[in-house]
Formats: sequence, C-alpha cells, structure tokens
Amino acid sequence: MNEQNKTAEQVIEDYSRRKFLGTSAAVGATLAIAPGITLLDMAQARPADQAASSKNRWGLLIDSNKCATGCDDCVSACFKENAIKEGKKETDSQWIRKIELKDMQSGRTSSLPMMCQHCAEPPCVDVCPTGASFKRADGIVLVDRHICIGCRYCMMACPYKARSFVHEELTDQNPDVPRGKGCVESCTLCVHRVDKGEQPACVEACSSSGKNAMIFGDLNDPNSEISKRIAETATTQVRADLQLNPGVRYQGI
Amino acid sequence: MKIINYREIEGRSSGFLILLAILGLLALLGLGSAHYMEEHGHVVTGMTNQIVWGIPHVFAVFLIVAASGALNVASIGSVFGKSFYKPLAPLSALLAIGLLGGGLTVLMLDLGRPDRVIVAATHYNFKSVFAWNVFLYSGFFGAVAIYIWTMMDKTVSSYTKPAGYLAFVVRLLLTTGTGSIFGFLVARQFYDSALLAPMFIIMSFSYGLAIYLGVLMASYKWTNRPLGDAVINRLKNLLGVFIAAVLLLVTIFHMTNLYFTKHHGVEAFILLNGGIYTSLFWLGQIILGSLVPLVLLYAPGISKSRSAIAFACGLVILGGLSQMYVTIIGGQAYPLVLFPGYQESSSFFDGVVHNYSPSLPETLLGLGGMAIAGIIVTLGLKVLRFLPLSLADSVADPHAK
Amino acid sequence: MRILTIQPKGLWRFALLAAMLAVGVMPPAYADGAVAPSRVPVPHIEIGKGDKCVADEEFMRKNHMKMLMHHRDETVHEGIRTTQYSLKNCIECHASKKNNSVLGSNENFCQSCHSYAAVKIDCFECHANKPKATGAFHPVVAGAGQVSGLGAAMRKEMHGDADKTLSTGAAK
Repeated sequence: MNEQNKTAEQVIEDYSRRKFLGTSAAVGATLAIAPGITLLDMAQARPADQAASSKNRWGLLIDSNKCATGCDDCVSACFKENAIKEGKKETDSQWIRKIELKDMQSGRTSSLPMMCQHCAEPPCVDVCPTGASFKRADGIVLVDRHICIGCRYCMMACPYKARSFVHEELTDQNPDVPRGKGCVESCTLCVHRVDKGEQPACVEACSSSGKNAMIFGDLNDPNSEISKRIAETATTQVRADLQLNPGVRYQGI
Repeated sequence: MKIINYREIEGRSSGFLILLAILGLLALLGLGSAHYMEEHGHVVTGMTNQIVWGIPHVFAVFLIVAASGALNVASIGSVFGKSFYKPLAPLSALLAIGLLGGGLTVLMLDLGRPDRVIVAATHYNFKSVFAWNVFLYSGFFGAVAIYIWTMMDKTVSSYTKPAGYLAFVVRLLLTTGTGSIFGFLVARQFYDSALLAPMFIIMSFSYGLAIYLGVLMASYKWTNRPLGDAVINRLKNLLGVFIAAVLLLVTIFHMTNLYFTKHHGVEAFILLNGGIYTSLFWLGQIILGSLVPLVLLYAPGISKSRSAIAFACGLVILGGLSQMYVTIIGGQAYPLVLFPGYQESSSFFDGVVHNYSPSLPETLLGLGGMAIAGIIVTLGLKVLRFLPLSLADSVADPHAK
Repeated sequence: MRILTIQPKGLWRFALLAAMLAVGVMPPAYADGAVAPSRVPVPHIEIGKGDKCVADEEFMRKNHMKMLMHHRDETVHEGIRTTQYSLKNCIECHASKKNNSVLGSNENFCQSCHSYAAVKIDCFECHANKPKATGAFHPVVAGAGQVSGLGAAMRKEMHGDADKTLSTGAAK
C-alpha cells in the first residue's frame, strides 16, 4: 500500500507507532549519556513527543515578604508572554493580578500575585459540563478551548476568581498561546514554556527584577528547590479550608 | 365524574393573531439579540469577569424552575390520584414543555460559543451538575411528551398513571439539579448550601402554579369558555400555600446563614446594604412577590375577584424574577472572600462589590425566551386538544349538584 | 525533534506540487503541469515557503483536518509538542510571503480552499494566523522572503534526519 491510498486512521496509527519508536530511541540515547547529565536533561526538557507525566507536579512558591507593593513585573510579563491586551476593564482578562492585603485587626499590609492555583482537586474541572476544564497529568489546570462552550460555570466555581472570559474578538495572539472570544481562560502556568523546560514568564520576570519572590518547580521531586523550601518553612494555601491542595503556595501571609 | 370534552382553541380571532404577533416579535428580537451578542462577544452585555451570569440566566433559570412547577397540577391528578385535577393536566404538561423550551433557548444562546452547543451532547463530564442537567432536561422533555401522549391517545390511556409518575420523578430531579447548580458552588459565600435544592423545588411549585393559573384564566376568558369558581378556588388556595412554603424556606436559608459568622458579610449585603439587591429582596421578593399575593388570595372580600387572583399570579411571577435576580446576580455581586480577615484590593476588583447593569440585548434575549415559551403554549393550544371545552362547576366539580 | 520534513532535494517535486495545488480539483489528466483552461474556476493558492509537505499533498488535502484534530488533542491534553502535524508548523511554512499570514485574501493558503469549498475555518478565532514573530523577523517588510528563506534553511539544518523518519513511516 502506498502513502497515497492510506486512510487517515492508518497514518495516525503510523504516526503513533513512529512516536513510540521515537520515544524509545530518545530514551536509549539519553541513557547513553553520563548518569548525572541524564537526570538533569530529564528534569529540564521533556522530549517533544513525550506526554506530560504524573511523576511531576508543577507548582509555585510565592514569598509575599519579598513581593513589593506597586511592583507588577510578573503581571506585565504574563500579559506580554500570552499576548493579553493590557486593560483593566471589568470585561478584560487578567490571568494574574497583584492583590494588596491589609489585616483588618493589626493593619499589617502585604502584597502578592494571585493566579490560577492549579489545584489538585480543581472545582472548575468538577463543574465543567463538557470536560473542557481539565487537569494535565503534571498538575497544570487548563481549558481545552476546542470543547469549551463558554458557559462560565467554572468561573462561578473557582474560589480564587482566577478565570476570565474572553468578551471580545482577539487578534495578534501568540502562536504558542491560542486564545479567543467566547471561551474561558486562565493562567496556564506558561505550559508552552514549561514543556520546553523553561520557567513561567512571571517567575522569570520576578527573578530578573532581583526580587526572587517566586519559585517554580516540581513539587513531586523532593530535591527540587521548591520542595526543599516548602519542607523547611511554613507556607500557606489560599482557602486551605476547601482542601483543594493548590499547586501554588504562599509565604509571609 | 362527568365526561370532559377537550377541544383545540379556534385561533382565528384577531386577538389570537395579535397575541401571536406580539410574542413572535419579542422572540425575533430575542434571537436577533443573541446573534448580535455572538457577533460582538459578551462585551455588548452587562456581564463581566466579575458578574459572569447575568439577566439571561435570571430568565432562563426562572423559566426552567417554573417549567417543572407547571407540571405540578398534572402530578396532583395522576400521582396523587385527585380526579378533580385530571382535566387540568394536559395544559399543565404543555406549559411544562413550553417553559422549559423557552428557558433552555436562553441558556444556550447565552453561551460564549453557541455554535458549539452540540459539544454539550458529545462531551460529558459526569461529575458536573451541568452535565447531569443536560440529561435531566432531555429526560423531562421526553417524559412529559410521553405523558401528553398517554393523556391524548385513548389507546394508550392505561399508561397515563405510570407516565405521570415518571414525569413527576423527573421534574423533582430536574429542580433538584437546577438548585444544585448553585448549591454545589462551595467557594461562593451565598451559594454554598444544600438548602438551595429543596428551596428551588418549593419555588418551582409557586412560580409554576402562578403561571398555570394565569394562563388558564386568560385562555378561558379569551376563548369564552366557562371556568367555574371550584377550579379557581382550589388552585388559588394551593398557590397561597406554596407562596407561604417559599417564605418559610427563604427564612430558614437566611437564618442558617446568619448563624455562621463567616456568612454575616454576604447576609448583611443582601438584607441590609446591598442597594438594588436589598430593595429587590424586600420589595420585590418578599412584599410584592409574597405578602401582597397572599393578601390578594386570602383576604375576605377581594379573594373572590378574578382580577385580584390574576394580579396575584402576575406578582408571584415578578417576585420570582426578583428572587432569581437577587440569588444569581446578588450572589455574585458580593465579592469572593479569598483571605478571610483581610481587606483585599486589586486591579481585578477584589474586595469590592461588583457592578452590573443589564444591557438591552441580553434583556431582550431573556424576554425572548419568555416569548418562545408563550408561542409554544399558544400554538400547542391551537393544534392539539389541551383545554376542556368547559371547566364550569357543573363539569369540573364532583360535588356540584 | 525528528519529525519536521523540509527537504532540499527534488525541486521538480516542488514544481509538480505547486502545479497540482494550483489546479486544485482539476482532473488528473491535467495534473502534469499543463493547466488547461476550464470553465470551472479553481482556487489559486499561494503556498508560502511550502517546499515539501509533511505528508503527501493529495493526502493532506483530504485529511489535514483529521491530522490537526488528532494532534490538537495530544498537544492540549498531554503536552505532546511534536511539529509534524501541528497547526503552528503549517502556518510556519504556508504563511503568504505577501502578508505573512495564511488568511487575508482568496490566495492565502488556508483561506483559498476554504472559501472555495465554503467551509468555515474555526481555527483562527483563537490561533494566530501568522508565524511566530522573532526578533529579526518583520512580517510586512520587503525582505521578509529572504529572512524566511533563512529560517527554512535553519530548520533544515536542525532537522536533517527528518526525511529518514518520514520514509520509515511511509514504507510501512
């Protein structure tokens, strides 16, 4: 049979088989390198043809003590990376926002970025009628816009007000970050960067501003910086009473 | 029991055509608005990322709740075996289908991607209350359609009772599901309550019966068919009981919330200082929607007046819409509490009461849903035999001399 | 990263491909490059930098939507980001040299056939219709063709083993 006459199913099957062979080849190649480097490689960038794995759980640790009131580098970086129009209308999307807190008893103020908390038990996923809201194997909570019908039930269910609905037609999207009118969206933890072994844009911006208030890493890897920090210091989950086990943790609040 | 003759309404009078024309125009305006909203996005509505469900949902949820309630009259006849209600059953089932059709139309046309509504039928998340409702809605349509069939076709009339039971069970599940859409929103201060499901069921009894009674009186008056006091008095007394039951559930709901300190904020917002929501609660829902109708239905002297009863039905419907507005929009207007004990502020309107003013298109969409319900019922009455020729006391009342 | 399949060899194939695409739905008798005049208007397609497609073009014409659908689910839900059947990769190659987009006029790659066949494309409500802009790449500037040529050459360098992979697949 030649390629010409193949059905899509056959090609798709071939494609999967190639993918499988490719994966084993890649693993073989990786094993050939010295053991130390192998580990590093695996942690840095997953091969493009390999699915996200539940061996990882990506998360953030945010130190409110280091987060400065008035600084919104993380927010601008997010908007730039995801091609979100800078706007502060009630209908505009905000995947990440700075919240200023004031303790009503003591008057102590603090500042922190708030975004999708990438819960282990996400209410948005529970309520989504079509399954468009889903949690990836590595813990990143996403919206599959291909099957999102725009009912906004997830926005009603999210305890963190982390989701936005696209109210207007969009243009000039980032090719890596498709987004458009009529669907719900939220922080993707810069999944397109994470898949390449990079850090989310907000974390990178926070580091380059010298504040280092945000750490990104694998909560499942006991040797990652984020896991070590969480094991050492007291951290907070926002709305811990709901027991959603968010992937984003806070310090200093 | 006397033999009941059901007949189509004539449907040729100018009044009938005018009614249909008005409903048709409203429905067209609604559909046009939906198209406009789809073209431009929800930016042309008053809905925002803070108030994500707006006036279309007020109408849609009201209609869906009322749909299951409208079936009650039929259920009393079939499930509870009250033969007095049997002649009233076909209209009850027709109203149920019409109201649900109108409500679902609004709900679907308000989606961000109404073009993809079929996805809701091809992709299911079985943990979602919404997905359950997709089954409940279609199940309700099916059950009520079968029920109507068994009532109208003499050859299958022996199945009327089981069909009536089925419809009754599905309608209870449907309203439970609708209430649970809100009841299961654990994160929101105003919704996190299992009480919402029974409360929605009682609300459905009240709204559905008010609509039923209003439509019954209007159609008999406009077709010059006799409608005796026996029927009217039973239904209006029942309506009064349902209104009182809603009041009881509403009281329990708020009292429970008031017992929890963490809910004091949102309760104060709804009951005391929420502006439009407080006014709609006290004036719309409680006074005009419940207390005044109770007076109109029971006060000696006026309670026999047909106009007073019709007016009471209208008030219950308006009160129901107010209650939906307070529940759906008021519940969202109060800001989510992310950090209890802290004052929150952000560029995303954390910690402040959210604004909402319904725009014209979305309001027209909601009204369009009402009109579609009206069209289904009006045309249904014309093409099929839903209405007894006479409900005069001598026909309808088994105790009549 | 083995799957991308831009290959320098076989210019004649490119010419044939262009001819076939240009005649679109013409009967095979005319597909040898000699475009016969027809009373039926056919879509005129600008294929951009398209050199050799990731699969046989006859096949792609019929099945691209299935490939895209399959790939989309893998990418969104599993994070598999291979390029062979990714929409992003289609756009990388097939964006017009004139306006750097697959949409815009009835000659642009996606729009030409879709408007001809009257099939609505839903992709670009959300997906960018332009390749990713890099620092050096300015879409509307006259020299864009050169720059994209360079980009294509770089990809060839990077994915030199691509043909091997594809032919393995094709041989089965």
